[in-house]
Amino acid sequence: MTSFLSSNAELVITVVKIALLLFIVLTVNAYLTWFERKVVAHIQSRWGPHRVGPHGLLQPLADGLKFLFKEDPTPAGADKFVYYLAPLLALALALTSIALIPFGPQPIRLFGHDIYLGIVSPDVNIGILALFAITAMGVYGVALAGWSSNSKYPLLGGLRSSAQMISYELALTMSVVGVLLMAGSFNLKQIIEAQAHHPERGIFGWNVWPQILGFFCFFVAAVAETNRVPFDLPEAESELVAGFHTEYASFKFAMFFIAEYTSMITVSCLCSILFFGGWLSPFPASWTFTHYLPSVILIPFGLWVILDGFRYETMFGRIILPGVGTAIAGLGAVFVLLPNVNEFIQAPFWLLSKIFVFLFVYVWMRGTLPRFRYDQLMAFGWKLLLPLSIVNVIVTSFVILVRMTWGAK
Amino acid sequence: MAPTNYYVILSAILFGLGVFAFIFKRNIITIFMSIELMLNAVNLAFVAFSQALGKVDGQVFVLFVIVVAAAEAAVGLGIIILIARNRQTLNVERVDLLKL
Amino acid sequence: MGREMTAPLVVFFVLAALAVIGAVSLILQKHPIHSALSLIVVMVALAGLYLLLGAEFVAAVQIIVYGGAIMVLFVFVIMLLNAGVEEHTNLSKMAGAPGLLLVVALAGFVAATIAKSAESVHAAPQTGELASTLGISNMIFKDFVYPFELTSFLILVAVLGATVLAQREKS
Repeated sequence: MTSFLSSNAELVITVVKIALLLFIVLTVNAYLTWFERKVVAHIQSRWGPHRVGPHGLLQPLADGLKFLFKEDPTPAGADKFVYYLAPLLALALALTSIALIPFGPQPIRLFGHDIYLGIVSPDVNIGILALFAITAMGVYGVALAGWSSNSKYPLLGGLRSSAQMISYELALTMSVVGVLLMAGSFNLKQIIEAQAHHPERGIFGWNVWPQILGFFCFFVAAVAETNRVPFDLPEAESELVAGFHTEYASFKFAMFFIAEYTSMITVSCLCSILFFGGWLSPFPASWTFTHYLPSVILIPFGLWVILDGFRYETMFGRIILPGVGTAIAGLGAVFVLLPNVNEFIQAPFWLLSKIFVFLFVYVWMRGTLPRFRYDQLMAFGWKLLLPLSIVNVIVTSFVILVRMTWGAK
Repeated sequence: MAPTNYYVILSAILFGLGVFAFIFKRNIITIFMSIELMLNAVNLAFVAFSQALGKVDGQVFVLFVIVVAAAEAAVGLGIIILIARNRQTLNVERVDLLKL
Repeated sequence: MGREMTAPLVVFFVLAALAVIGAVSLILQKHPIHSALSLIVVMVALAGLYLLLGAEFVAAVQIIVYGGAIMVLFVFVIMLLNAGVEEHTNLSKMAGAPGLLLVVALAGFVAATIAKSAESVHAAPQTGELASTLGISNMIFKDFVYPFELTSFLILVAVLGATVLAQREKS
């Protein structure tokens, strides 16, 4: 047994990482739905879920149980194989794209093996291209779901949604070319390191400043690609019943749901890595006191959670919340006390914070913006976004060429 | 690392299957897909030899083949849509007269 | 096969089996959408084989262009034209068996010829530097720049042609 483990160590480590990442991503998805409902509710001057557990924190659990117990009808005349394949495909592709994202540059050294944060090492030569490949295949889940349901609304919604995804995919890939030209590689690690060339600039060395047009195009195209507000006409409730997932109930609908939120997370990761410096700190490198920021955030938050638990009358609120609060505060204390761990945790902390900010922007847009009409949507993608991203590529390459020739002189 | 012949034999098998599908299927779209299968088989042979000889010319040519296949698929499917609209059928055996 | 079953060889056989199963399924399926899905399986298996051969850029382009654009076009057209299950006519049934034999003979002949002569072609050691994006783009923009510009023109012609063809008649 141990000899098998030691000879196939890479395989075992990868399998364990996959299981762990699956668990983490699914939990984050569940709590992302809670987060969205809470934030949208507060934007609309009401409370979100606040009855099921303290602050409604058990709501995702209740939703998951509901999905498991709902009736699961299959429409008559539906192509069974494709009908079952579509949500599987959507979910599998969305989860695969998370596997390609590196969460930190340094590996953990355990039993003599390097364990990278993220399923593959950050040094994949075609990192961003592989991510786009997986995103490109994501159209199939939607198109096949709409078609195989053998019903009018899903077919319309599916065709519209896949046409939208294909149109915005072009703008998505073109808007990233500027960043790739500046970094000189598809490698995600090198893209982040290219933004760290002047560590004393901190936040001003990130790609978003020279590539502000590219960032705008990328973010808008990514929101359209993931079928989120304001581009969610194909699945809007008032327009097309529920679009391509009308005929899907219970668990299959949950699979589409998870796929959509996971692609939201992937897009947020990509935005942070490509334009906002990934795991780099926004402060200049010489300000080493900012390394205590994770602890400074975690310890007060943990204490607040402990104190918040006391105002609940249920046993759950009184026991679990202080427990969670103690864990959070303890984590913050560990970071203060162990400087090695603190240094290691800086990179993932900044990346996760940026991902969180982007997810908040996504949810914020959902609560605030009205949706595009379909012809406005397509006109926007083809007539505005694609020419803008091409202009971005031309200007970026021109500037780089001028710099190369003038710098060489 | 599998030797190059294995890749080329696989390419020949896929090409043969593509030829079979091209000759014996009646749906025009399936025939078109068998053309894509044949092109893919040839791409595999190109990449296998590119790796065996240590040059990248094969891979560059694969990129050109992919681009040409894309252009051909776009125009070909446009023609298929027109024919389907005019003749109301996708069966190649029904489209055997020059005039309706 | 006087060769030990190393991990890359196992992966090769798995991917090759997947590709052949996909191609056979393309032939055997009755509904065009199932044939399209089988072809997508073949494309993905081939992309895996390209990765195994060290051609990472070509593998990514295969999935993006072939799997993510061309096959989506096929799937769209099948959906829009409402292509149904294929009908059977007697003609093809008779020619099926001898046809299959002939195709097997063709493929076998090609394969045997190549196998005999390719024995002398040894798989060169992986030169990851050469097959990287940098190597390929060097070759495209230095040696093959003229065909590259021609293909961009070809794509423009194809886009115009497809747009004109798919228009409804103004009657």
